[in-house]
Amino acid sequence: MRDVLRFITCGSVDDGKSTLIGRLLWESKQVFEDHLSALERDSTRYGTQGDAIDFALLVDGLQSEREQSITIDVAYRFFATPRRRFMVADTPGHEQYTRNMATGASTSELAVLVVNAGKGLQTQTHRHARIVSLLGIRHLVMAINKMDLVDWEEEVFETIVEEFRPIVRDLGFQSFQPIPVSALNGDNITERSAAAPWYKGPALLRYLEEVDATTDVPDLKFRMAVQLVNRPTHDFRGYCGRIASGEVRAGDRVRVVPGGQETKVRSIVAWQTELPSAAAGDSITLCLADEVDVSRGSVLVAASDPVDLSDQFEARVICLSDHHLVAGRSYLMNLHTSQAVTTITAIKHQVDVRTGSHVAAKALEMNDIGVVNLSADRPVPFEPYERCRRLGSFILVDRITNETVGAGMIDFSLRRAANIHWQHVDIDKQARARQKLQKPVCLWFTGLSASGKSTIANLLEKRLFAAGKHTYMLDGDNVRHGLNRDLGFTEADRAENIRRVTEVAKLLVDAGLVTIVSFISPYRAERELARSRFEPGEFIEVFVDTPLEVCERRDPKGLYAKARRGELRNFTGIDSGYEPPESAEIRLDTVTESVEQCVEHILHMLEHGAHAKAKEL
Amino acid sequence: MSGYLASLEAESIEMIREAVALAEKPVMMYSIGKDSSVMLHLARKAFWPAAPPFPLLHVDTTWKFREMIEFRNRVAAECGLKLLVHTNHKRKAEGVNPFTYDSDTYTGLMKTEALKQALDEGGFDLIMGGARRDEEKSRAKERIFSFRSPGHRWDPKLQRPELWNIYNARIHAGESIRVFPLSNWTEADIWQYIADENIEIVKLYFAAMRPVVRRSNQWIMVDDDRMPLNPGEVPEMRMVRFRTLGCYPLTAAIESTATTVAEIVEETQTARTSERQGRLIDHDQAASMEKKKQEGYF
Repeated sequence: MRDVLRFITCGSVDDGKSTLIGRLLWESKQVFEDHLSALERDSTRYGTQGDAIDFALLVDGLQSEREQSITIDVAYRFFATPRRRFMVADTPGHEQYTRNMATGASTSELAVLVVNAGKGLQTQTHRHARIVSLLGIRHLVMAINKMDLVDWEEEVFETIVEEFRPIVRDLGFQSFQPIPVSALNGDNITERSAAAPWYKGPALLRYLEEVDATTDVPDLKFRMAVQLVNRPTHDFRGYCGRIASGEVRAGDRVRVVPGGQETKVRSIVAWQTELPSAAAGDSITLCLADEVDVSRGSVLVAASDPVDLSDQFEARVICLSDHHLVAGRSYLMNLHTSQAVTTITAIKHQVDVRTGSHVAAKALEMNDIGVVNLSADRPVPFEPYERCRRLGSFILVDRITNETVGAGMIDFSLRRAANIHWQHVDIDKQARARQKLQKPVCLWFTGLSASGKSTIANLLEKRLFAAGKHTYMLDGDNVRHGLNRDLGFTEADRAENIRRVTEVAKLLVDAGLVTIVSFISPYRAERELARSRFEPGEFIEVFVDTPLEVCERRDPKGLYAKARRGELRNFTGIDSGYEPPESAEIRLDTVTESVEQCVEHILHMLEHGAHAKAKEL
Repeated sequence: MSGYLASLEAESIEMIREAVALAEKPVMMYSIGKDSSVMLHLARKAFWPAAPPFPLLHVDTTWKFREMIEFRNRVAAECGLKLLVHTNHKRKAEGVNPFTYDSDTYTGLMKTEALKQALDEGGFDLIMGGARRDEEKSRAKERIFSFRSPGHRWDPKLQRPELWNIYNARIHAGESIRVFPLSNWTEADIWQYIADENIEIVKLYFAAMRPVVRRSNQWIMVDDDRMPLNPGEVPEMRMVRFRTLGCYPLTAAIESTATTVAEIVEETQTARTSERQGRLIDHDQAASMEKKKQEGYF
């Protein structure tokens, strides 16, 4: 039996979670005298229990939430009994803070789901049960609280438990223990209470001391993601990491993924000593017998049982931010210690967290859970989350704001990545460029509708053509008549529109052409994604910086007028945003300069500026 | 070492290695206290046989116990780590001191303001500190990798969700990340670990006869002659020790006979007051730690 248990408490608002934890701390004698005197002071000031001690104040730390009497963030609490040590993640019940609950669940082995006996099962009860299940928690305690308010009626307790039992099965919990309690009065917390003679089960604290909260996982052999390479001198090269599964011994054969090179463990280095072996959970430094290519993000594995490598995944994802997760958009994916630029290629469905049913969705909003397909810019080693939490969990980070916008769990790799290989061709981009006596680039025009993108791009192409260059222009409106005729103007469709155009532009640059793209492309994230698909120096962002008033005044197609009248939805600049570039290679001012002058700027930059700078890279 | 302590140790080493792997220019706060001593020990273990690849930073208010400064200089030299010491000389010259200024103003200037100066001067993008979640209510909600906006401000509502053992340390210029590798340790864990690993700590933690005066029901040590005595106040010798070490006029001693780590472990297990009870700065305003943290205090 492990001597430590990390658990999460969750449940709906006003079910008494904080009071329950305050009570556990109190009963396990973790409340110090100075905390107690502060508590007595606070109870009179903020408390909801009159002159009696309000235990919730022990755990509701931040001042703003004390004033509102709700918990608004995850608080970590520690207490111990002679038999076990506990770390509790106390998490909020409000729907908008579900992300914090997922956070608390991610490091917990067991969940205590608090239910208000007077109110029965709530939407939040189902939601939280599903979230903890999704995050791999397989042990559930249901603390049916405020039993004193229903006169300790056995029937109330049984009705709630029976209503919940089918859900326990559906969600795959290995153990389920319902306990009737009163956190306020301390009934069934440490000892079985005389208030409920009909209840024959254990008191809450006794149960938490004894429960075996290990999860049945397959017996995986050695796996360790490399955090960093420790190379203080020429004759020492160690790979630092924390073992995700299995055991390793000096002399064991190991393989590096990716790369596939095989070698032997020369030594396992620990503080001032070497170890004969190390196991899951240990932080170690490994030295290998041969020089192999290992860096942060590599996974060292038992040679007899290697991990898979893939760049296409199906995963369950929780949206953690008020920026929606949409198909076609790319994010940084931090998966164990590796990082890859990853695009959500499809949102397969959203999960209705109350019922578990699948709902069609184009975007995932904050607190939504969905099943998505992901495409990484390179293959990364992984395990499905069910097999190994450490190698199957990831976060998605917004590339512009750096916010953590999503968290996910890999279900499996999509086979197509493994089976479709790049076809090697002998005539490559360099050969085609040499033949045409030019450096292929992608000139990406962005700006509002009627800003002058197409006019400038058109004249630029004529000038290049006249100079003997091989060119091609992709125009937003034209592409929407053919390749992208199935796409509309929602955020998700705009992202997909840009993704397809990016891929076409990349093929044209590969063909050796000077490629001109003229698209409103309002979102920084998509333009950055486009940029990331090209080699350094190949992508030149041209910002046609015409103010909205000027564009609206020009309005050659009458679109602004239509949008103002409400006849055209999702129109950039009117009811859909435009994010101006922060570091475009070229910025054009069409108010003070003529079309010819703008084109001259670009030609000059192509000859001397951005192009020349790019060559140095 | 117990399995529990070994897993805490492994977890903290993982955090310290992530901090170094993800930062451009990391630094580790070193306050000379027991928690700093444990954090430094973990850092040395994390990078062995190399020395930790970052400097130590001590914000010296110049009102630390004399023993602490001697200890600091010796330990840094032994570890082979670069030690940066920063004092807010401007405020010092203005005469800011812990006796005639209230503790809130004093701490704001000599600790928080000084810390921000040191971090800005050093250009550090990631700062490791020894704070623990069990110390104080607002710290219970702290992330392990905690995001600070420009000006080192902590906004509890802007904190990034932190799942599993995956940390997001990406920032823009001017922003920074604070990392707390001891987040999940309790005071009892710290002491047990010091005992198991035989980590050297400042002698002030052990009981000895020391000159003290009684103020507001607490024992304040008269560490040097800079401390003004109230009329009629005469220092007396008492068997005392410190559970926590800060600036000497702001840190109260407790009466104790614990002269070994084993005795301290035993005392900690039966303690009826929290360790920060001896920190006068925590009590000076409602929600005082939360407010200090928002302003940039560790």
